Amino acid sequence: MDLINRFFKDDSASKERAVERLRLVLVHDRANVAPGLMEALKEELIEVISKYMDIDEDSMEVTLNSGDLSASLVANIPVKRIRR
Amino acid sequence: MSGKVIVVTSGKGGVGKTTTTANIGAGLALRNRKVVLIDADIGLRNLDVVMGLENRIVFDLVNVVEKTCKIKQALIKDKRFENLFLLPAAQTREKDSIKPEQMKELCEELCKEFDYIIIDCPAGIEQGFKNAIAGADQAIIITTPDVSAVRDADRIIGLLQAHEIPAPRLIVNRVRQQMVRKGDMMDIDDVNDILAIELLGVVPDDESIIVSTNRGEPSVMESGTKAGTAFRNIVARIEGEEVPLMSLDYDLGIFDKIRRFMKK
Repeated sequence: MDLINRFFKDDSASKERAVERLRLVLVHDRANVAPGLMEALKEELIEVISKYMDIDEDSMEVTLNSGDLSASLVANIPVKRIRR
Repeated sequence: MSGKVIVVTSGKGGVGKTTTTANIGAGLALRNRKVVLIDADIGLRNLDVVMGLENRIVFDLVNVVEKTCKIKQALIKDKRFENLFLLPAAQTREKDSIKPEQMKELCEELCKEFDYIIIDCPAGIEQGFKNAIAGADQAIIITTPDVSAVRDADRIIGLLQAHEIPAPRLIVNRVRQQMVRKGDMMDIDDVNDILAIELLGVVPDDESIIVSTNRGEPSVMESGTKAGTAFRNIVARIEGEEVPLMSLDYDLGIFDKIRRFMKK
């Protein structure tokens, strides 16, 4: 049965790769195209985090990184003081 | 009752905007609607030739906008239909020969007379695109199931949002079901999932389209072709009817049938 299955198996699922790549490239396209998006995100992040700690807003960095298989939002936020 | 202005756009070139415009227009006219098609691809006109009306051009879109002639003088009546007209593009001018405001004005004028104004948008996102969408209140996005076309379609969706044209609808064109079954082509769900807009219809890859274009006779005019049927279904949906997606599995060979059986 296994031999027969192998005979009929679909080995080329190149469309899966296409879907993966598309999703990834669109993360970047959409983030870059909406000019305010990263700025607005940064502003709101500052708002939320500032409820819990004082941060160095000027040195704060928020970037969208991506590799071959995934994208991630990376934030580097220097903390000055944690509120009681 | 004012007319609806629908722009047919894609971003990517060669995915089927002109063919779709011709077939949707003809299909609506077959349902007794008053339809005018506008070729907004100034400098690279094609809607005229796809419709088989290339020998009847006297005046064009640029003439109308520059007021060289009246709208009525430029409109070509397609004698095969009750109420189908074509406003051809200019062939020897460029995309900056008209401005968005002028297109908007023209569409408003045409709305008084017609049920549907369908605009064939050029490829790209520059002046031609901006002109084509200026007068539109709805958009249809054409894509094929490949990485480039879907990426460009996504960009277009973003631009349409920025220009406040609501709820664009998607047509996935040139689907090759055999390739989809083998996993070599994205399926409708993949594309629709990624683009996340309402699906208007699916058109299978069909050699009969080439034949129709050779003849200058839109597919919807005759029955019996898969693409023609798909376009007729799309037209019905535009008119508010609920039509289920046609099955694309008509070309199942014996091995495909066995393969399906094995998967269960």
